[in-house]
Amino acid sequence: MLQKKPWTAFVIILFLTIFCFLIDLPQLLAWIPGSKWFSQQRFHLGLDLKGGTQLIYEAETKDIPKEEIEYAVEGARNVIERRINVFGVREPSIQTSKIGENQRIIVELPGIKNVSEAIKMIGATPVLDFRELKEAEGAETPAAWLYTGLTGKYLKSALIDFDPQTNEPLVSLEFNKEGAEIFGNLTTKNVGKPIAIFLDNQPISVPTVRESITSGKAVITGKFTLEEAKELASRLSAGALPLPIKLIGQQNIGASLGKESVKASIIAGLIGLLGVACLMILNYGRMGVLSVLSLFVYCLINLCLFKLIPVTLTLPGIAGFILSIGMAVDANVLILERIKEEKALGKIRRQTIKDGFSRAWLAIRDGNLTTLIVCLILFYFATGMVKGFAVTLSLGVIISMFSAIIITKNFIEITSKK
Amino acid sequence: MFDFVKNQKIFIAISIIVCIFSLLGWIFWGLKPGVDFKGGSLMEVKFLEKNETAEIKEKLNSLNLGDLIVKSAEQNKIVLKLKEIDEKTHQEILKTLGDPQEIKFTSIGPTISQELISKAWWAIILATISIIFYIAWSFRKISRLFGAAESWRWGLGAIIALFHDVLIMVGFFVFLSYFKGMEIDANFVTAILVVLGYSVNDTIVVYDRIRENLLFSKSNNLPFIVNKSLNETIVRCLNTSLTTIVVILAVFLFGGASVKYFALAMIVGVTTGTWSSLFIATPFLLFGRKVAPERAKK
Repeated sequence: MLQKKPWTAFVIILFLTIFCFLIDLPQLLAWIPGSKWFSQQRFHLGLDLKGGTQLIYEAETKDIPKEEIEYAVEGARNVIERRINVFGVREPSIQTSKIGENQRIIVELPGIKNVSEAIKMIGATPVLDFRELKEAEGAETPAAWLYTGLTGKYLKSALIDFDPQTNEPLVSLEFNKEGAEIFGNLTTKNVGKPIAIFLDNQPISVPTVRESITSGKAVITGKFTLEEAKELASRLSAGALPLPIKLIGQQNIGASLGKESVKASIIAGLIGLLGVACLMILNYGRMGVLSVLSLFVYCLINLCLFKLIPVTLTLPGIAGFILSIGMAVDANVLILERIKEEKALGKIRRQTIKDGFSRAWLAIRDGNLTTLIVCLILFYFATGMVKGFAVTLSLGVIISMFSAIIITKNFIEITSKK
Repeated sequence: MFDFVKNQKIFIAISIIVCIFSLLGWIFWGLKPGVDFKGGSLMEVKFLEKNETAEIKEKLNSLNLGDLIVKSAEQNKIVLKLKEIDEKTHQEILKTLGDPQEIKFTSIGPTISQELISKAWWAIILATISIIFYIAWSFRKISRLFGAAESWRWGLGAIIALFHDVLIMVGFFVFLSYFKGMEIDANFVTAILVVLGYSVNDTIVVYDRIRENLLFSKSNNLPFIVNKSLNETIVRCLNTSLTTIVVILAVFLFGGASVKYFALAMIVGVTTGTWSSLFIATPFLLFGRKVAPERAKK
């Protein structure tokens, strides 16, 4: 259909171009319809460009039954997220990742100034969970206790209170609905038996269950001083982790470094594009101009997608985009060379263009598929910023095929006489 | 028409020499693993005025940081390399240095670096395997027309070209780490993977043309067909690599320090990728024969 009605296709391409261009512009004039929405679309910059911190935590899972690990790690992630939100960082990212047997929590805090404070705050998060005694064993060593799944994740509130009989300070806990249910089952199962409350992996209090508790309320009694109880209650009410975590990697990037890099890569991209445009026009004349125009549209579409998807741009990501420009040029070169050859065979113009595209397509497809395979592998294996390279390069390669086969072809068709 | 076939010995000799140097460099000089792969900490700080590296080392002596490397960089920047440290030590170092502006701090534990190494190997191995499969698929027509042995030869040719490119890439990094003190990080693996992709891409384009000429040619003079194909594709190959190199060159010249070496590696990779498809993968098809392969009988 597109071949038969080149002008219709051209109008579609034109609209697409204008749409992308409006999105790409950082700020639109107010009289343009929808200017508010267009101006809202922003590039999402990665840590290396915006500055900030990446913290890698490892979850200690040795006390937790295998099938519950993932759930517990997810719970830890949520607790950390809640804590981070208190800190007021814009667009924090907290992700879990499983590598072999190791469970990781990766915290990214863009634009944060006081990294050490944040680390301290995450590090001060208490680890709370309730455990029951292994059946056969009577001895109350830490190893004799079993993970029950009732953890700090379900904690709704923690308050300081006093024992009505002894007047000693204690910390009363209240679970949320889900937690209350688990606690109810646990206490029903363990009537007459001890349950251990583990704080930071140490049994802090080992009360014996007298009756099943369905209210979702529990108390931690220990030999607390008033100060200790107060501190524990406030630590717990800010969120408690279901399992211990350890900081195993850290990366801080100053904001100034990022700014320099963004500027440098924009300049690099523009100069690269200019160089390519010169080469193409020198080599292929009129058709070269058309393919440069198509490349320009290609860049606009790409940048627009970066904003809309959104792709988090990192420095390697920008390098990937710039490399994909090279790939897009390659597709155009393949086509134009082929058209030249077909012309030399003395075919009529229409046929020349048609054959040029269809013959070049095989080489373009094969070549780009290998790049996509490599990108896919990179995407799976690479961590953090290198991943950005795979994302932008593969996106670029896919769009470059589209731009070479549809846009360049259309431009050539509508400008060539029959 | 330039006679590639007649001159192929010269090209192959050049490649072999470069490969041998790369291999020798790799064996005797080796690659310097960076913080990513070795674990440890890297700190970059900026002072208001110039500081002597010896002075900074002296100041940090009391903190017992073990092996500490202090290097000065442009604009009063100082780079510290040391073992993995925790946040407390990190803050202590900053305090001892009089709270300079911290530009970058990375601390990587041994588990992460171990993982990164094994991941890197997996990525390279997987990429190679999937590319081999891709080549096999891509040349299935050859196997249908000329028999399986012929398609194996083409596949092998592409893979030899691939190893040639990766070896030279490694050699280039060996050279950089020996003379420029550059360390190997995750970008190195990315560069190798991209070169893998590019090299195969290029080889496939050239092979594609040989295949086409083989199918339509009436002559069975293989050197002639190959030479004709090379002459037909060389303009495309040079134009493509030239434009790609122009783009990467812009990144190299203006893209800032952090991607500089990466861009340089890509330039080397694109150059060898083009070279090897013309002068390594293609002559391999001629290796030991002068006559075009017979078409398999149906």
